[in-house]
This record gives sequence, C-alpha cells and structure tokens, in this order.
Amino acid sequence: MLARAKVLLARPLVVASIAILALLAVGEVLSPGFASPRQIVTQLVIAALLGVVAAGQNLVILGGREGIDLSVGSIVSLSAFLAGNLMQQNDANMPLAVVAVLACSFLIGLASGIGVTMLRIPPLVMTLGMLGVVNGALVLLTRGVPSGRAAPLLSQIVSRPVLFDLPGIVFIWIAIGGALALLLRRTTFGINIYAIGANEAAAALAGVPVPRTRALTFALSGLFSGVTGILLLGYTGNVFVGAGDQYMLPSIIAVVIGGTSLAGGNGGYTGTMAGAVFLVELQSILTTLNIPAFGRQIVFGVTLLALMLFYGRQRRLKS
Amino acid sequence: MPAPDAISTPSPEPPRRSPQPGLSRYRRPYLLAAAVLIVLAATNVALEPNFLTFGVAASNLSAFLPLTLAAIGQTYVVLASDIDLSNGAIVSLVNVTAVTIIDGMHGSIGLGLAAGLGVGLAAGAVNGMFVAYLRYQAIVTTFATGVAFSGLALWVLPQAGGQVPASFYTSYAGSYLFVPTVAWILIAASAFAALIARLRFYHSLRAVGGNMQAAFQTGVAVARVRLAAYVISGFFAALSGLALVGETASGDPLIGGGFTLSSITAVVLGGTALSGGVGSVLGSVLGAFILGLISNVIFFAQAPFAWQGLIQGAIILLALSGGVVIARRSGD
Repeated sequence: MLARAKVLLARPLVVASIAILALLAVGEVLSPGFASPRQIVTQLVIAALLGVVAAGQNLVILGGREGIDLSVGSIVSLSAFLAGNLMQQNDANMPLAVVAVLACSFLIGLASGIGVTMLRIPPLVMTLGMLGVVNGALVLLTRGVPSGRAAPLLSQIVSRPVLFDLPGIVFIWIAIGGALALLLRRTTFGINIYAIGANEAAAALAGVPVPRTRALTFALSGLFSGVTGILLLGYTGNVFVGAGDQYMLPSIIAVVIGGTSLAGGNGGYTGTMAGAVFLVELQSILTTLNIPAFGRQIVFGVTLLALMLFYGRQRRLKS
Repeated sequence: MPAPDAISTPSPEPPRRSPQPGLSRYRRPYLLAAAVLIVLAATNVALEPNFLTFGVAASNLSAFLPLTLAAIGQTYVVLASDIDLSNGAIVSLVNVTAVTIIDGMHGSIGLGLAAGLGVGLAAGAVNGMFVAYLRYQAIVTTFATGVAFSGLALWVLPQAGGQVPASFYTSYAGSYLFVPTVAWILIAASAFAALIARLRFYHSLRAVGGNMQAAFQTGVAVARVRLAAYVISGFFAALSGLALVGETASGDPLIGGGFTLSSITAVVLGGTALSGGVGSVLGSVLGAFILGLISNVIFFAQAPFAWQGLIQGAIILLALSGGVVIARRSGD
C-alpha cells in the first residue's frame, strides 16, 4: 500500500492533481465560495490562456538540447495587438486577421527554430534575442499606445458559455490538449520530438530529421503564442501593451510542474495542463485571501519551491 | 563543417561538455566582445565627439556600472552551468533594504551598506542551497526565489522613495584621486574577480561547469562550488543594488526587474557559454558595456524614437547569434 502510494506520488500528474484539489479545499475553507462552480470556471478560462502558451513551450522543451522559448510572451503581445488592429471590431475582418496573425507568429517561431538548428545558437540565447526584436517591433507598431479591439464574434467564441456553463475558450483548450496528445503519441513528428529530446545522436542515426523536427517545435511554439494572443484579445476585448509578458516564465513553470523534464525527451501535455491550472489557482487563492501584493509573491515563490521537492530534482552525483 | 551540411545530414551532436575546443576559445572568449566594443565606441565617438571627455566617460561608466556588476555575478553561476533568474530581484531587494535602513537610521550609511551586502549574500546562499544541495533545477528554483525576493522588496519598500544623505550620492558621483568613484568601484570589482580567478575554487568552478560528473569523480566538492558561485552572484547583485542607490539617491522595489535578462545577455555577449565551463568575467564586463553603448549609439544616431527598440533588439540579436557562431568557428 505504502509502496504503491510512493509510486503514485512519483508521477507528476498525480502530484499536480492532488495539489490542485488541495488548493481548492484550502481556498474553500479560507474563503467560502472559492470552489464554487463560477469561480472554477473563471480560473479555467485564465488557465486556458496560460495553458495554450505552455503547449508550445512544452514541445520546445520536449525536443531537448536545453530547449526553451523565452519569446512566447512577446509573441502573445504582438499577436493580440495585430489581431485587434486587423479586426477593428468587425466580424468580416476576423478570418483574415486570424490567418495573418497565426502565419506571422508561426514565422517568428520558425525564425528562432532556424537560428537554433542551422546556426546552432543555444535556444535560450536565440529566443532571448528574439524577445528583444519582437518587443522592439511592438513599440514601433504601437508607438507605446495600445489600440485595436476584438471582433464581437471573437469575444463570443471565447467567452460565451457553450456547455455546462463552460465558455468556448475552455473547449478550445481541451481540443488543443486532445490534438497535442494525438500529435505526440500517434504521429511520426511527435515521436520524433521525444526521440531527439531523449537522445539526439541516436535519433539522427535512426534517420530522424533532427533539425527539421526541432525547428518545427519552435515554429509551433510561436503559433501557439499567436493563438493565445487572439484568445487573450477575445477575452479582454482590447489590448494593453505588454499584455503577454506575464506568460513568459510561468509557461515554463507550468511545463515543469506538469512533469516534463527540462532535459527533454520526457513528459507530455496532460501534465502541463494540470500545471497551468495549479499556477492559476495558486495565484487566485492568494488574491482572494486579501494578502497584500508582497505576501502573495512570497507565498507563491515558497509554494513553488515546496512543490518542486516532490520531483524535478536532479539526480545525485555518483562516483 | 560547412553550414548547409549541418542541416541536410543529421550529424550527431558533438559531445559538448568534454570537447577539445581550440585554445583561442578557452583562453580568450572575450576577444570578439572586445572587437565589437571598439567598433561601437568608435561609432559613438563619431556621433558624439565629446564621448571621451572625462565628464561624459564618467557619466557613461556610472550608467553602465549597475548592470556590469550584476553581469559579473551572473558569470560565476553560468560558468558552473547554472543560471540565476533571481539576479534582478536581489538587486531590487538590496537597493530598498539599504535605502530603508539609511533613511530610517538618520543617515547610518555604513549600516545600510552592510545590511545590503548581507541580504545579497543570504539571497545567493538560499539559491545555492536549493540548487546545489537539494538538487533543484536552477531555472525553476531561481524563478521561484526571484518572485519571493521581489515580494520581500515590496514588503521593505512598497513604493519607490526614500532618501539617502547628499554625502552618499555626491561621493558616488564624485572623484577620488582624480579617478571617478564609479571607476574605483569597477577597478575593485575587477581586482576581486582577478583574485577569485587565481583561486583553486575557480578551476573547480570551470570543471564543474564543463563536466559535473567528471568533476565529482575527480574529487571536486561540486555542491560547495555551485553554492559558492550563487553566493558570489548574490554579492555582486548586492553591489549592483548599492550602486543604484548612489545613482538614483533613492530606493525602488522594481528597479532591478530588467537586470535578470540583461545580465544573461551581457554574459553571453561576453563569450561565456551557457552550457558552462567556458567564459570569463572580463567578457561579461565588455558585454554589459556593449549593451550600454548600443543604446548610446542609437540615441546619438537620432534614430526615430519609435524605431529605437526594434533597432536595439536587432543589433543585440545579431551580436548574440554572431558571437556564438564565430566563437564556434574559431573553437571547433
């Protein structure tokens, strides 16, 4: 029994799920109504935004060779801005706006991917540089003044309840989750990501197109950031400058809490989804408790450290 | 290996951590940064002829010093193949701690400086304990501690403010023996770095960063070395936070926010490999100066304001990627 519990506790998805339930319970005790359906729906919506960014981050990290994408937040901001300005509150403009924004974000991600594979620039360096370029482009486009508004149709798709009071964005997230699970388990591309992440040399010898696979994970990370930008626009209605910055590091943390190893080749998206829900819930519980901002930050940091005690630690060095 | 070849044939990655890179890369990874810096400085002189006058040079140095100090600290952590994402938060925390104590104690400057240094060392030690002894992952840990340190900074001083005695910031902005105080600070920091480079610890640090397992097997106290790197990083972040007190004459709980990514950029620009083991503090100093001079050049070239961010981002991306590519060409 104890041994079985130990095995279960070694699984990040189990730990993350238990942590989520524990947070809900603690929240409900401290502030009745925290675990009410309405609150949970709000949290799921916010988690969906983080979760979609983290989907791309997850692919990049799975691909290994210290894969990481620091440019996601800036691409979210840029996409939300572009989408808002291309739509201008007009439903007729929406299809074109969505296609243009997704193409743009895909290409930005692809550029990072090409830098990482062809020029063999470390991902952290490449995406750090890309972050500066995208933010610079955003300043140029916005001139520091936010503008652009969502098409009414987009706001409806994102926010209107579809089923069980859950709004559209949650179903979009679930659909992305399902698609990624299929992609990672059932397609050659997905299996190749695990292969290059686990052992690049072996994957190359087995005929996996290593550079193309890795470059594509970065392009998809850009694409998912673009999707998030559009969803964020639909959720908030208009865009504020730097709206995406809040996703950069939390997207990495959601992936790690979800049990994907930063070394690559190990993990999956289901855990990441749980990780995103956990992060959002933790933040929300701290907000509900009326703790001042400094206290929220301290508790947030300490809770993350405590959670990391369960997994994600490096192996002990052996002689 | 020609570049196209690297794409078409999925060549197995050469083992990155037990290599035989050319000596040029091991001994002088900062040469490229020095060349870039000279070009930038020359451009700066062309655009702003009084660039080399005492006053302008001193004010530039004073503006670059805080990031330079933070980047020096980041170098030690990166050399051990770790990373410090809490670096900027420590800068802020030290900044507000020192100002609050100096302000609250009616000008007890010595106590404020000592408390600031103590806070920086303690913050570094916390990072090091988690990463080196509890074997947490560096990225996640220092992100989490960084959030907590930022929270502490907001607790110490919720809003920018506070005052330090005029004697503090006038002596920071002034000169001593005809040399600006900021230059003395940089000289002292460099001397300290040179001293560390002579210690056996520094060799162990590079061994740990180059191949942790091998270092462990040859008897290097890996955990202690990684902890020490974080403590040194905290120390230099503290110096950076104190320099900002002199620079701004007040405290700001958010002042270090941009330093985390900028310090990493400076370290990479200086030729230090993020994979650890290869690099130098001198390179990071040059890297931080490069970042400062890029802003200067763009400003004095009178680029339209809206374009400045994009131009700066593009130059930094080029410098970052160019540096990595050229270092490898000369290294492999």
